[in-house]
Amino acid sequence: MELAQLAVQPGVDLHALAPDIVLALAACVVLVADLFLPRESKWIAMPLSAAGLLGTLAAVVSLIGERRLTLDGSFEIDTFALVFKGLFCVIGLIVLAMSLSYFRDGRYYQGEYYFLMLCSLLGGVVMASARDLITLFIAIELISIPAIIMTALRKADVKSNESALKFFLFSVLSSAVMLFGMSLVYGIAGSTNLADIRAALSGGGPSSVRLVQLLEVAPDDPIVVLAVFFVVVGFAFKISAVPFHFWAPDTYEGAPSPVAAFLSTASKIGGFVGLLVLMFKAFPDVADNWRPAFAVLATLTMTVGNLIALRQRHIIRLLAYSGIAQSGYVLVTLALIDPDRPGANAQALRSAIIYLAIYAVMDLGAFAAAVSFARKGGSYFISDYSGLWRRSPVLATLMAGFLLSLAGTPPMAGAWAKLFVFLATINSGVIWLAVVMGINAVIAAWYYLAVVKRMFLDAPEVEEPIEVPYILRAAMSVAALALLAAFIYPPIITSLAERSIL
Amino acid sequence: MEWVDGWALSLATFLPIAGAMVLIFVPPAQEKVIKSVATLFAFLALVAGIVVLARFDFGAAGTLQMQVDASWISQINARYHIGIDGISLPLLELSLLVSFLCVIYSWWHIPSPGNPKAFFALILLLETGMTGTFAALDLILFFIFFELVLVPMYFMIGIWGGPRREYAAVKFFLYTLFGSIFMLLGFLALYFNSGPHTFDMLALREQGLGGASDLFQNLVFLGLFLGFAIKVPMWPFHTWLPDAHTEAPTVGSVLLAAVMLKLGTYGFVRIALPILPDAAVTFAPAIGVLAVIAIIYGSLCCFAQTDLKRMIAFSSVGHMGFVMLGIATLTDIGINGAVFGMVAHGLITGMLFFLAGSMHERYHTREIAALGGMLKQIPRFGSLLTFTAIASLGLPGLAGFWGEMLALLGSYQPHPELSATLFRFLMVGGGIGTVLTAGYFLWMLQRVNLGHVPEKFAGSAGVVDVVPLEWYAWVPLLMLILAAGVFPRMVLGVTDGAVQALIGAIG
Repeated sequence: MELAQLAVQPGVDLHALAPDIVLALAACVVLVADLFLPRESKWIAMPLSAAGLLGTLAAVVSLIGERRLTLDGSFEIDTFALVFKGLFCVIGLIVLAMSLSYFRDGRYYQGEYYFLMLCSLLGGVVMASARDLITLFIAIELISIPAIIMTALRKADVKSNESALKFFLFSVLSSAVMLFGMSLVYGIAGSTNLADIRAALSGGGPSSVRLVQLLEVAPDDPIVVLAVFFVVVGFAFKISAVPFHFWAPDTYEGAPSPVAAFLSTASKIGGFVGLLVLMFKAFPDVADNWRPAFAVLATLTMTVGNLIALRQRHIIRLLAYSGIAQSGYVLVTLALIDPDRPGANAQALRSAIIYLAIYAVMDLGAFAAAVSFARKGGSYFISDYSGLWRRSPVLATLMAGFLLSLAGTPPMAGAWAKLFVFLATINSGVIWLAVVMGINAVIAAWYYLAVVKRMFLDAPEVEEPIEVPYILRAAMSVAALALLAAFIYPPIITSLAERSIL
Repeated sequence: MEWVDGWALSLATFLPIAGAMVLIFVPPAQEKVIKSVATLFAFLALVAGIVVLARFDFGAAGTLQMQVDASWISQINARYHIGIDGISLPLLELSLLVSFLCVIYSWWHIPSPGNPKAFFALILLLETGMTGTFAALDLILFFIFFELVLVPMYFMIGIWGGPRREYAAVKFFLYTLFGSIFMLLGFLALYFNSGPHTFDMLALREQGLGGASDLFQNLVFLGLFLGFAIKVPMWPFHTWLPDAHTEAPTVGSVLLAAVMLKLGTYGFVRIALPILPDAAVTFAPAIGVLAVIAIIYGSLCCFAQTDLKRMIAFSSVGHMGFVMLGIATLTDIGINGAVFGMVAHGLITGMLFFLAGSMHERYHTREIAALGGMLKQIPRFGSLLTFTAIASLGLPGLAGFWGEMLALLGSYQPHPELSATLFRFLMVGGGIGTVLTAGYFLWMLQRVNLGHVPEKFAGSAGVVDVVPLEWYAWVPLLMLILAAGVFPRMVLGVTDGAVQALIGAIG
């Protein structure tokens, strides 16, 4: 009765909210089902979660081609939102495939884990549509807080506790900084709506929803710079950009590995989505103030991430640092925003979307391969990867495929991810950043190749074959085939990115 | 026959990779099936190549024929645009032929540690990458094919290579990747300079540079230069080559020498010169000087080598120097010579690496000093080595002669905007190089073929003369070396039209 009333209310578009609602319901179902499941069957929470994600994906598909704005303009459905909602579902499905045997064999808190993961994904799904500071903030907290608990799920392990505590402290600190920045933005613009903020910052006359009369500021007023700075720093923690990255490798190493995979993709991409929305929707007209900061951030993130990755001997830490370096390429696109060149902006946004989508699949693939290897008969140390090719040709080939994709070499889609960022950078005429990226790509190739070399060129120390669980093998094969297909026919991704405008 | 013209080139390019895909599903234990499948697909690709040859209009060798221009990445206007003219046709046929011969050779020559399935799949992958590079008319497509050879060759050297294979494989990979990233930046700069934006080589050539500044042109040329020069490789970017060649398995060395090095020189001729003619004139003297340094330096290094394979590798540096000298003259004679040189070097050096590999299997050493009296012990094999080495040193009547001769001839009267004095000095330098080349090859022959059979090999059962399978793999190369030497029009007649068109573009 009440639901029907809500549906006819103007301003609430239930269809637009369908993916989020389905996912929230699925999370609740998983939580309740866990109460009734006997101890041996707790793993059933995993197929339940997968069904929930598939339902969410169906809701996303039902919205294709729509463009809707609801909840007072704070929630938007457009291609950009749908692409990322879909991406979060795909990430969720791959992480679920990685989680099943890990959590079932370890007898961790399965029901709670799947519930928390769905909640965190819900944060991402909301984030993709958030067009309001408060919605953005809630979304990013919804991503982070369940992730912190997921990190601590291996309760008996000191490292897991330490990593969760580190993650928690950094997360809270960054939230506080971000909130402070947002409060300043609100103080300047008098609204939390991103479109209103943009209008207020560009001095485009009084905003219609301005609640109180506030001080008039010029776009280059120090308070504007400061406000944007705090918001960006907050997000920089979330996406672990250098020099705000210190928590990430420790957290990834201590967390259960599927959670580390989740953090390095879903959580990081969630942060990037928020950053992209803010920078393209709210702050583009004051880009002159913050563009150089992103150029510096991107250069540092790529270079430091890559240089430290060179020295890693633990595969998860290697992936953590390489993930940091990979974020640097996305940050480059933010350093290209120019209010006077809409064409170049669209190109930059497009390349960021393409990069994030491809990165998610290849990074998850590499994590999945690492988990498969460590599960039985292997370890997390790169030195133990020696001769993996003789022990499990399939696993070694898949892992090599993902690593080469991360390195950006054909025949994997990672090549296009890099190429499109290069394209956007040259288009904007920032040659020096392109050169920095080029040099970094070569440095990165070195450490990815080092792992490939161990797997294929070195002799194995033990001959015992590695058994890969069926579901993991299926997930990795699908991911690898997707990367291969996107390499051969990139419009699979580029056509989606083409239609994503902010 | 419309259908054939539209598909022959694509089939030649993609049949090998299709074969590699089929191989994935063959169980590793079925060695015979694996070999048959690989041979079948390489053969089919070669047949497609012969169809291309048959349908090629030799009267219009200067125009790009059998073009296919289909939408690919519409968002950035990168297209699946392929086609072929007199410059690319010989190289395309060369890569199809050599790949097929490599597959044949590998029937009984799978190097340690075995695994024919992966080995054949990599050969086929390489074949697609090389063939595609020669067919591509779109910069992005070109880049993808150009890069596609990287990973298979890395594995080929790294898994089946010699003792220092890891070092050689990683060095090869990183060196080439470094160069190709700058090449890519150059491509992207060309794309954004064009209007409407395009990656199409023909459109870029027609559009011209639209008044782009000299600095822009030179920077873009420099980017392309880095990518291509590392691949050639030109001195001083050559250091990956001796390592890669020495450590690679026989088939890997053959493919590297016969085809992959040409990807770089071909890039200069196909992309850098026609699209950036003014910058090419600016850079030509520097390229010429580097080329002559490579010729002299490569030859001198050959004298110092004790390992036969490493010596051949350094001789490649010298031979590719002649090719680059020919290109640097920017004349029809020089560039015709360069393309001829590419084909001749592919045939001859490919053959030399086959011989070196087979010698290693017989003697288990490649130390020149440890060998001797080969003509006495295995006369046919020794004769083949003599024949090929003499072809390589540029004896008139064999393929090696024409490329070098035309490159030197072109240097006598270079492009009118280039300094004739400088190029005449370079011609003299190159001439000295030919003498040095003759010197080290004859010295090698003297030590390996003549003299006494060393005691430890005297009664060795492993030292057998050329076996039938080797004949199958080698005869086509040997005949072509002779044919191209006696009848150079076979290649020059095809290339000349396309080179004239190219020279017209440079002006």
